Parts: sequence; C-alpha cells; structure tokens
Amino acid sequence: MAGASAIPAVETPFRRFVDDFCESRMAVTALCVFAIIFIAAILCPLLSPQNPYDLRQLDIMDGKLPPGTPSSADFVFWLGSDGQGRDMISAILYGLRTSFMVAVTSGVLAAFVGTTVGLVAAYYGGRVDMILMRMVDIKLAFPAILIALVLLAVLGQGTGKIVLALVIIQYAYYARTVRASALVERRKEYVEAAHCLALPKSRILFRHILPNCLPPLIVVATIQIANAIALEATLSFLGVGLPITEPSLGLLIANGFQFILSGVYWISFFPGFALLVTIVSINLVGDHLRDVLNPRLQK
Amino acid sequence: MTVFIIRRLMQSAFVLLIMSLLVFFGVYAIGDPVEIFIAADADQIERERAMQALGLDQPIWAQYGFFLLNAMRGDLGRSFVFNIPSIELILQRLPATLELAACAVTLSVLVGIPLGMYAGYRPQSRIAKAIMATSIAGFSLPTFWVGLMLILVFAVQLGWLPSTGRGQLGEFLGIHSSLFTLDGLAHLLLPAFNLALFNISLVIRLTRAGMRENMPMDYVKFARAKGLTQRRVVFVHVLKNIMIPVVTVIGLEIGQVIAFAVVTETIFAWPGMGKLIIDSINRLDRPVIVAYLLITVVMFIVINLVVDILYSILDPRVRLADAGH
Amino acid sequence: MSRRIPKVAAFLVASALVIAAPAVRAQNLSVAVGGIITSMDPHYHNLGPNNNIAQYFFDRLVHFDNQQRPIPGLAESWRAINDTTWEFKLRKGVKFHDGSDFDAEDVIASFKRVPWVPNSPSSFTAMVRGIEVTVVDPHTLVFKTPAPRPLLPLDMAIVNIISRKSVEAPTADFNAGKAMNGTGPYRFKEFVPGDRVVMERNPNYWGEKSPWATVTTRIVNNPSARMAALLSGDVQVIDQVPTADIPRLKQNSNLRLESVTSNRLIYLHIDHARDVTPFAFDKTSGQPLAKNPLKDHRVREALSKAINRKAIADRIFDGQAIPAGGLLPDGFFGASPKLKPDTFDTNAAQRLLREAGFPKGFKLTIHGPNDRYPEDGKVLQAIGPMFTRAGVDTAVQPMPWATFVSQAGAPNYAFSVMLVGWGSDTGETSSPLRSLLATPNRELGFGASNRGRYSNPKVDEILGKALQTVDTGAREKLLFEASEIAVRDYGLIPLYYQVNLWAMRSNLTYKARTDEYTLAHFIKPR
Repeated sequence: MAGASAIPAVETPFRRFVDDFCESRMAVTALCVFAIIFIAAILCPLLSPQNPYDLRQLDIMDGKLPPGTPSSADFVFWLGSDGQGRDMISAILYGLRTSFMVAVTSGVLAAFVGTTVGLVAAYYGGRVDMILMRMVDIKLAFPAILIALVLLAVLGQGTGKIVLALVIIQYAYYARTVRASALVERRKEYVEAAHCLALPKSRILFRHILPNCLPPLIVVATIQIANAIALEATLSFLGVGLPITEPSLGLLIANGFQFILSGVYWISFFPGFALLVTIVSINLVGDHLRDVLNPRLQK
Repeated sequence: MTVFIIRRLMQSAFVLLIMSLLVFFGVYAIGDPVEIFIAADADQIERERAMQALGLDQPIWAQYGFFLLNAMRGDLGRSFVFNIPSIELILQRLPATLELAACAVTLSVLVGIPLGMYAGYRPQSRIAKAIMATSIAGFSLPTFWVGLMLILVFAVQLGWLPSTGRGQLGEFLGIHSSLFTLDGLAHLLLPAFNLALFNISLVIRLTRAGMRENMPMDYVKFARAKGLTQRRVVFVHVLKNIMIPVVTVIGLEIGQVIAFAVVTETIFAWPGMGKLIIDSINRLDRPVIVAYLLITVVMFIVINLVVDILYSILDPRVRLADAGH
Repeated sequence: MSRRIPKVAAFLVASALVIAAPAVRAQNLSVAVGGIITSMDPHYHNLGPNNNIAQYFFDRLVHFDNQQRPIPGLAESWRAINDTTWEFKLRKGVKFHDGSDFDAEDVIASFKRVPWVPNSPSSFTAMVRGIEVTVVDPHTLVFKTPAPRPLLPLDMAIVNIISRKSVEAPTADFNAGKAMNGTGPYRFKEFVPGDRVVMERNPNYWGEKSPWATVTTRIVNNPSARMAALLSGDVQVIDQVPTADIPRLKQNSNLRLESVTSNRLIYLHIDHARDVTPFAFDKTSGQPLAKNPLKDHRVREALSKAINRKAIADRIFDGQAIPAGGLLPDGFFGASPKLKPDTFDTNAAQRLLREAGFPKGFKLTIHGPNDRYPEDGKVLQAIGPMFTRAGVDTAVQPMPWATFVSQAGAPNYAFSVMLVGWGSDTGETSSPLRSLLATPNRELGFGASNRGRYSNPKVDEILGKALQTVDTGAREKLLFEASEIAVRDYGLIPLYYQVNLWAMRSNLTYKARTDEYTLAHFIKPR
C-alpha cells in the first residue's frame, strides 16, 4: 500500500480523490446518511423531546407505550417508549451520541497511539522496530472480543474503561498500517532530502512522512469506527459494557432483547435499525474509500 | 525454523505469565468471590470457613505464588463454583465450541467461495452487486441481533428448528458430536449460521478481490490463448491462486470464530466454553477465568504458529522471521 | 407447534425433544430452569439451584410443602422432649436407589459428611453445628443441642440425607453419578455441567410417584432463550418467566402460567451507622452532608412514602409483584398482619423532609445490582425519579452483582441507600430479622448481612428471646413484635415481594412454590 504517493501539488490528488469518491452513488448516499445521523446525534439535546438520562423526566407510568402514543408530558412517543418510560427517539439519539462518543474517542486515541508506534518503529527500525512490532503482532494474534473480555473482567464496567479497552484493541491496526506505508516513504527521495537539510527527526516524521501515510490510515480509521460501535454494542449486550443508566445503542438493543418475544417490538427494533443503518453506511463509505485509495485497483 | 519456533515459544511463555498476573490481580480487585458463593443467610463463622476452604484468607501474593507453583505442575486450580479442576471443566466444554466453530468455518467456505467467485467474475452484474451489498450487511449486523432474529423467525414463528441447547449427541469413531444425529444437526444449524455470517462475508470479499486481481493477469490470458475452456481456467487455475490468501485468512479466523462463539453461545444456550467464561466472569470464579484465558492463549499461539509454518510451506517466498511481514 | 420427527432411540438419554406421539409425551418431561446448577453433591454448595436439583434424588428428614410449611419427610414425626432435646421417628421400609435400607446410620453419616466436604464455597455446616445425635433404635434418633433451638426441624428440611456408603465420597463421585444413591423420587442418569441433568423415575419411591418416566432439567440461564425454548416446544415448563413476556403468555392459549407470592422481599437497606454517609450530599454545595440525614426517622419515612409501590408492581412487573410493608408476605410464620405497605404520598414525604430540616431536600445516590433479581436495575431506575419528585435529588447507580455485593457489606459498607433482596429459606421472619436487622454479632450469628448496620437493642432482645422459645405460638408473637418494631422504625424500607412464576404447556399444572423450586414430580398432566 503505497498510498497516494505522488508528490505534486496538494490540490490535485485531493480533487481527484473527491471525484473518484463521487463516482459511486451508493457511497455518496451512504456518506450523506451517515452525516445526517451523526449531526442528529450531536444535536440530540435540541432535537429530542426528552432527556432520557435525566431520571426526573422519566415517569414509569409512561412505560412500554406503543409508537404514536401521547406521553404524560406534552409530546408524543412517535417511536414508542421503553420499560422506564423513555421516549425511543430521544433514547436512540442520545444512545447514538454515546456510541459515537465511545467509538470516536477510542478511535482518535488509538489512531494517535498507533500512528506514533508505527512511525517510530518504521523510522528507527532495528531493535525498536522489532520490539514494537512484536507487541503489535502478539496483540493481533488474539481476537478483539477476547481481549475486551479480559480487560473488562479485570477493569470492571464504565465508559472510561470501555474506551481504554477499545484503544488497546485498536491501536495495533493503526500501528501496523502506518508502519507499512512509512517504511515505503522512508526510502523516498524527499525524506533523504529532508535528512540532508538536517531537519529534526520529529519534524521529518510528523510533517513529511505522516501526511503521506494518511490515505491507508483513513481507510483503517473508517472501518475501525464501525468495528468499535459494533464491539461496544456486543460487549454491552454481554453485560460487560456501559452502565445501564446511560444506554448506548448496543445497550438499548440489549434492553429490548427481552421484549422481542412479547410483541413490544419497538424497544429493540428501532435502536437495532439505527445501529444497522449507521454501521452499514460507515462500512459502505469505508469500502469505497478503500477502492478509491488503493492504487492497485486503479487503472 | 527451529530458532523461530523456540523464540516464539519463549515469547508465548512471557505472554502467559503477564496474562495470568493481570487477570489474577484484576479479578481480586473487583470483588470478593465468597460474597457471591455463600448462601445469603450464612453467618459470620460460615463465611470465615468458606474463605479458608477456598484459600482466600491468604494474602493475594501468596495466592498467586501457590497458583504459579501448581501451574508448573499443570494444575490451574479448582473452580470455586464447581469444585472441578478448571482445566477439566474447560476441556469438558471445548468439544461443543470446536464443533460449532468448525461448522461455522465450513459453512463460510461452502457459501462464501462460490458467491465471491461469481461476484468477482461478473463484477458489474446486478447479482454481484446484490451479493456485495449483502456481504456489507453481513459485516455490519451485530451477531447478537442476527441470532435473536434467527430464533424469532425459525424457532418461534415457523417452529422449524430448535432454539437452544446442543441436542442429542451421536457417536462415530469414538467422537461424540451433534453432527451424527438429526436432532443434533437441527440444533447446530442456527448457531453455526449465526457464527458463520461474518466469515461468509469475509470469504466473499476475499474471493471477489482475488478474482478481480487474477482475471486480468497474464497467466489467465495465456491459458485462454491455449484454448482452455473458460470453466477450466476459472475453476482450476484462478481458484488455485485465490485459495492461498483465503486459506490463510480462514486459518487465522478460526481463532476469531472460537472467541466470537461467546456471543452465539450466550444466545443459543450452547454449552461451550464461551458461555462458561461469561458465567465465570459474572461469578468471579477466578480459577476458571485464569485457566480459560491461559488455555485459549495457548490455543491461539498454536494456531498462529501452524498458520505461519503452513504459509511458509505453501508460499516459498515467505520466510519465517520475527519482525515485520 | 412441535413438527419434529419422533425418534425412538431418544428416550434412553431422555433428550430435550418434544416428541410428537402423545403416549410418549406423557412419559417424558423437559424443564428449563434459570438457575445455574453447579454440582450434584447435595452437601457441596448451599445454593438455591443445587438444593432444588438435590430434591429429585435425595430426601430430607423434614420436607417443605409448597408454602414452606414443614411436613414429614424421612422422619415420620418429630417432637421436642424439652427445650434442648428433640426426638425424630424415622420412616420404615424406605430404600435407597441401590436397594439398601435406610435407617439412623445414614442420618449419622450425612451429618458427618456435611462439615467434611472439601472446598465448599458455602456449606450446610451451620444446620448441623452443635447437634449431639444419639441412636435410640434404627428408626429413632434423639438430637441434643447446647441451647434451645426451635428452628431445628426447619434446619432438618435443608440437609439432604445420603447413603452411609457415600460418607467419604468426594464431590466428583456425585457429579459422575457413582455416589448418587439417594432415597428420592428420581434416579440419577446424567449431569452435563452448564447444560442438563437427566433422571428417571424411582419406581420404589416411598411417597407419591412421579407421573414422568424421565425428566430432563435444562439449564438455560438467559431468560429470553428460556422463553424461546418454551415457545418453540423444546421444553414444556420454564421457571423464572421473564416479566416482559407475561402479556404474550396470557394471550397464548397453548401456554399457561402458575404463580405464587414468593418468600423473597426486595427492600432498600439504609445506612444507619455512620455520622457522615458517603452518598448524601448538600443540594447546593455538592459536599457530603455533615449529618447523616438517614439517621432521622422522618427522612426514612419520607423516602418510604415517596415510593409508588403499586406503579412498580404494575408497570415493571405487569402486576406480578406484591407491594410490601413487612418482611414476609401474609401467611408466612411470624409475618405480622399489622404491617401494611406505606401509602404513596409525595406531599407527605415533602412535609416530613421539611420537618426534618430539609425544606429544600438533599442529593442522594442509590446503588443496587442489575443482574441479580428480576428487573432489579429497572426498579432502581424507577425509584430515582420518585425520590426526586419528593425533593431528594436522586442519582441511580446500578452495577453487576459481583461488584455490588463485595462493596455493600462488611468491611467496605460503601453505600448509603441500596436495593437488595432477601429470600427466607426457613419461611420464617426470624431469618430476615436475624440476618438483616439484628446488630452484627459474630458469636450469635446476628446481622451477617446487615449492610445498613441498623441496631436496636429492643429488636435484638426480642429476637434473641424468640430464637430460644420452642413453643410455636409464643415464638410467633415475639417475631410479630420484633418485626413491627424494626419495620416501623424503618430499619429497612420494604418495596415488594417477588412473585414466582412458571410457564408451561396448557395441558400441565404445577402447584407453584414459595421457595422458587421447580420439582417435576409435582408437575401433573391436566
């Protein structure tokens, strides 16, 4: 994976990238859908009729109402309410926000740690490279869910802890990707030139090599965000994820799990649908990004 | 190669030590197992007796020391809950998990390769696009959600298949397995499909990518020029080349599948070791948690080692080395 | 709904199949239970699911009926000769599964094995501790105790009697079936840990014989999976019916429900001991209050009145929970009929808080498990807003039981107000009084689960007296008195009694049991 390796002006490859990306109508639609979901999640306090995490606003007498029922406050449960009397729209929007928050926070941290590890390994080579990459290999040898279970069994529950677990799981993917492209970049003339100018190592690493490693990094990041959302949902379902007072999407589905057989479908169906659409849209975008950014598939 | 293997094993021993230390102290910090096991109405004297019986009255470092000493002799302790050596407990559950994982992997190959080949062969066709879109859904659908839907549709609504448990075991060549009875197969189908779904998508995509990469290559053109039928070119020559990455990835995925069985086993009440670990975490049954992790870690180390060695045999260009790929 | 092919070979191992032919169905029963059975050894782990399964294979001197009233078991009769001496007359002609005769020696052997079982995480030692047994003749035993022990017959309803041949059998021998030689209504066939227990009818049982030739108890921990197994016909009976599925069950004409108020009270334990409690804060500064408000009777009463128990029962449990005002439901021994649930009255709660010097209320965090009792996390989340409406701004912190239970009790006492449950194994109020409300005391075995450290000398004294009073009538009066004092003092705040639920095919009946046990020999075809 050499990335977009051409050195010429910054403008052109980006524009070409945008053009290439827009070739797929499906990917563009997916991106739009994702953007709408993401913005709605960020703006959830403005959009939702209720703060589902504020216990004062919940009334148990409003529990399990089907979609379209008016609530005891002055709004309508358009998607129904859950067992606690939470409005499902509000719960989904806030849940999306929590899911995004966990996924993005862990993604950013993991990208930071992973990129640093990858760059350092590629740049210094030798023993440093061996030790760092050995750690990455060992980590990658074990399935993500197993590592998450170990960590959460040891750490206990909580948002911070699940973020930490996700960072530990994800950093290796970034490290490996960045190292691979950095190794290629390191041998290129512009790095040699920078060396000749006696620029500090950190500057060469972060200002020269890193930007050229970005394309594969973006692909990995997209996929990892989707993975993080799905993994967090799975862990919450298994009961080792987030606390139940501030449910993420995964936890909402898990809560609705018990209602599925009893005809109260909306508690699990709508959050499940939201999760599905979110992950599918991210994956569609990521999928197409990979095609666009992978020079081997380009003619 | 010997040096490579020895090095690998030493690293593995180190990983095992670190893991055991982490889990041992971590579980200790979470809570007091006696509070969970003890009958609610037990008095103080009974509580003290239980602490002693389980060796929990010792300081934690002493407990870890005993554990290490015993571990050297192959004894990973007894389950607090079952009073069975934890290794035995896990090995009792292992066949069920392996059976499920093996079926899931087989399913993913049987379904994934033909679909992937078609999608790669005619990438612009509508069916190919549908296959690829479905495969994205296969990646995206959370396993537990799919499992639930499968139960809802096939077990509850249609009543075609049983929803939980392993069913009747049959015996063949001394092996007990659900595969040898109709009832067992019926119980196996839903969980195996649930577990395979992710890998079906993965195999489809790998195969399709392989097809797309191989079809324009020179050897395909030569083969065609030689007058071989299209069928022969695709099913013999191209397929052979696609198989290398597919086999590697499937080999690596076996580990993933075994680990992900945790979710499937929870939903379908499949009596494998994934369910055991979740229950043990909830009960702070430390000997089982530690033993499970050590055993799975050893299992993954072996799987990875075998895959690496096989790969070097399949593809002579790959040299076994420690760092880098 | 069963559309599967009948299979002849199946009954030998008594699989989980629903077999289509009606004649066969009448002979085999599959049950799915939620509790995890950890061992076949009846003396290894004093745990509900284990004690339940042991009752298939073993008998006790005293049995409980479905309301936990003692009835004759292996002992035909018993009486107190004086305050510290009891005589038990054993049933004659009872045979173990291997054909050997049952007599006093087997009781002696069982008592000997109980404290011996290695690695027991929770033993039955307390039930036989200090009893001196004399064999008068092979069918008469005299038990002497150092102090009066009115609960001795109830303890005898918990200790299973094994054959003298198994006195030194390790737990593994029971799990493998080698030592599974009891007098009970079923013979052991197979135990697959985490999956199933298979058994067949004991044709020589001394009591009423089971209607089922074979019984398979499936361990299905996940409530939805258990429900799905019933709906799909994999099993014919399930216990611990998920609340969410009750409405659907009621509509399904193929299925029916059996229910009974259980012996389990769900309550709030309250920090009575500390001068500064860790989770009560000032509303404006957010600092812990200098004086523990929970020590004020009026505050505790206000909290109790702020709770809408009926809403919890109706909305969370679909009516399958009983608002509680005492320690055990009416009809249980020592349950005072005078204790009624507090009426829900937010205004009264606010007034009480004003009187107690909290006109603006205060802030509180309440804790509880989310994976221990049915809907526990939801109940906790429902109580939060109720307290908040009365003026106590309440945050809710549900957590896994494993974490909760190790922090809630000695030595951490980490919480201020916590939701817990208590099931009375003896079916008497002496059980919750002694463990939850008596001042912690190692020698007396008092207050071992008193996580709020309520301490009232009056309660201790009356309870102490009750536990020494062999006369049943006098003892019940003392228990009435002690529970009335402790509950009216809000030593704990009762919330509701659980309802034990079983769901089954509509052609079956079950006499629902307060002790939560599922016993196939009492499941009858209709």
